[in-house]
Amino acid sequence: MGEQNSPNSTGAADRDLTSLTAAQLAAGLTAGEYSSTEVTRAHLDRIEATEAQIGSFITVTPDAALAAAADVDRRRAAGEELHPYAGVPVALKDLVVTQGIRTTAGSKILEDWVPPYDATVYAKIRAAGLPVLGKTNLDEFAMGSTTEHSAFHVTRNPWDTDTVPGGSSGGAASAAAAFQAPLSVGTDTGGSVRQPAAFTGTVGVKPTYGSVSRYGIIAMASSLDQVGPIGRTVADAAALHQLMAGHDPHDSTSLREPVPDFLAAAAAGTREGSLKGRRLGVVKQIMSDGCASGVAAAFDRVLALAEAAGAEIVEVDMPSLSYALDAYYLLMPSEVSSNLARYDGMRFGLRVEPETGPVTAETVMAATRAAGFGSEIKRRILLGTYALSAGYYDAYYGSAQKVRTLVQRDFAAAFEQADVLVSPTAATTALPFGEEESGDPMALYVGDSSTIPANLAGIPGMSLPAGLAEGMPVGFQLLAPAREDARLYEVGAAVEALVSADRGGPVWQSAPTQYSSEAAAATATNA
Amino acid sequence: MAEAAAITAEQVKHLAELARIAMTDVELERMAGEIDTILSHVARVSEVATDEVPATSHPIPLSNVLREDVVGTSLSAEQALSGAPAQDQGKFLVPQILGEE
Repeated sequence: MGEQNSPNSTGAADRDLTSLTAAQLAAGLTAGEYSSTEVTRAHLDRIEATEAQIGSFITVTPDAALAAAADVDRRRAAGEELHPYAGVPVALKDLVVTQGIRTTAGSKILEDWVPPYDATVYAKIRAAGLPVLGKTNLDEFAMGSTTEHSAFHVTRNPWDTDTVPGGSSGGAASAAAAFQAPLSVGTDTGGSVRQPAAFTGTVGVKPTYGSVSRYGIIAMASSLDQVGPIGRTVADAAALHQLMAGHDPHDSTSLREPVPDFLAAAAAGTREGSLKGRRLGVVKQIMSDGCASGVAAAFDRVLALAEAAGAEIVEVDMPSLSYALDAYYLLMPSEVSSNLARYDGMRFGLRVEPETGPVTAETVMAATRAAGFGSEIKRRILLGTYALSAGYYDAYYGSAQKVRTLVQRDFAAAFEQADVLVSPTAATTALPFGEEESGDPMALYVGDSSTIPANLAGIPGMSLPAGLAEGMPVGFQLLAPAREDARLYEVGAAVEALVSADRGGPVWQSAPTQYSSEAAAATATNA
Repeated sequence: MAEAAAITAEQVKHLAELARIAMTDVELERMAGEIDTILSHVARVSEVATDEVPATSHPIPLSNVLREDVVGTSLSAEQALSGAPAQDQGKFLVPQILGEE
């Protein structure tokens, strides 16, 4: 990683290609300054050099990536019109189904599953000519917020390899932060894109529910799940979102309206005075007091910068949010218990026979699920089974659905007073490994309380770096009304520029590029 | 309703059977404690879930979508079986389903 190289320059032949943003790479590829093969190889080399310390990937796909890069280079040489980001490599969370490439969901139950079809997101990425570097690590079935719950290995935070990268899209976020990939695809059910983005100093977006097709995304909680982009800059996240978004006949929940121009919105945000008159709403109920002091200081600093740039800071009251976490931990497990019923050891994935007793379909299912699921998965399935069972349905699931209505109403009222809502993305910076082992499951769930409301309401949210606290990145969350994702990119780009000017460079450029951790993560396999 | 009695290992055993997850007694005991902790927290939702508030099942209003009734491409039998733990004569091979008398 040539730290001496200015990432704003293009053209130097000896520059380390992994230090460039996706936008810079796209421009350089279009201008013919380097080939996609060179760019892809540089990232594969970087993965090779750093993966033992970071562990972002479950599967690295060098051959497929280089073949895709060579194809783009050939088509470019032939004068074909290509997607503007053709040739820029990308990493996919291993929850995205990829034909011919094993897709594990971070679970033993799918350890050897090679899907027979492609997720729409993957099909779009391939059609646009973006080489896929591999499949990134995650908490099993995206359930967790540290990536420690992967059945395979942990992922380390590139900023401090003794801390977690967040989760569940921890591999996707660390790949971007460690310069292993300029772009990553994550998924966000309760904050799984935004919280790891916050912990790794990257930009992560949960789009409006339905903005990106979920066909071929292994389902966790279907009324909450969304696919989201991760990059090192707001513009890069916008570009990946743009590429992935749009109606998909395979996903009946995908929005039918045309995709707004997110890149233009991000560009508009960098214009002088773009924040003038913008109302930023600080939500009283989101982490007003519970934040670590460094997080609160970084958040307040951004508010002061925004105010100085002409934004109006207003306080909004959303009383229902104090119930949002509780509603989420009823609705999500209920949907999990239903969605994960398909892992039955019959049609695909692991099959385990019971060690004793009769071997019937029923005992094989029970043995398979006992062996294939981790304890967090089992806990949520049982919780959901309980919440949905006769006699308890109204009190638990039914009440949680009503809270969801209240949350939506509160957001509608809040967006009357503010253009975007803002909060710290997480109450702390990245925590050391093993913090979750305290024993109280509720204590770790509380960490998601600032991100969950957006999933309940279906609205878009973004986390971008607010700065550093004791050397670790702090996330700044922006929320916008449903279908107003473009507003996030505009305001996000403006905030990003303010933070960068304030500290003399973007946060991601301060990320360490050499890692000292001796306790190497398990090595990813090559496919 | 919010103040439901503590979840017992016996109840968790029933849930685990419904969910088709084999569990040891030690696991059942531990899970009962954890689920009880979570439920005692999340049961607060009933405090504000009054009769006047309608339930929301989906964040964005949606209507059902039907595709055109035309023949399209789909997975071949071979593809559909490609991940099967066991197969025989182009079909999924599964353990005994019905009880033997």
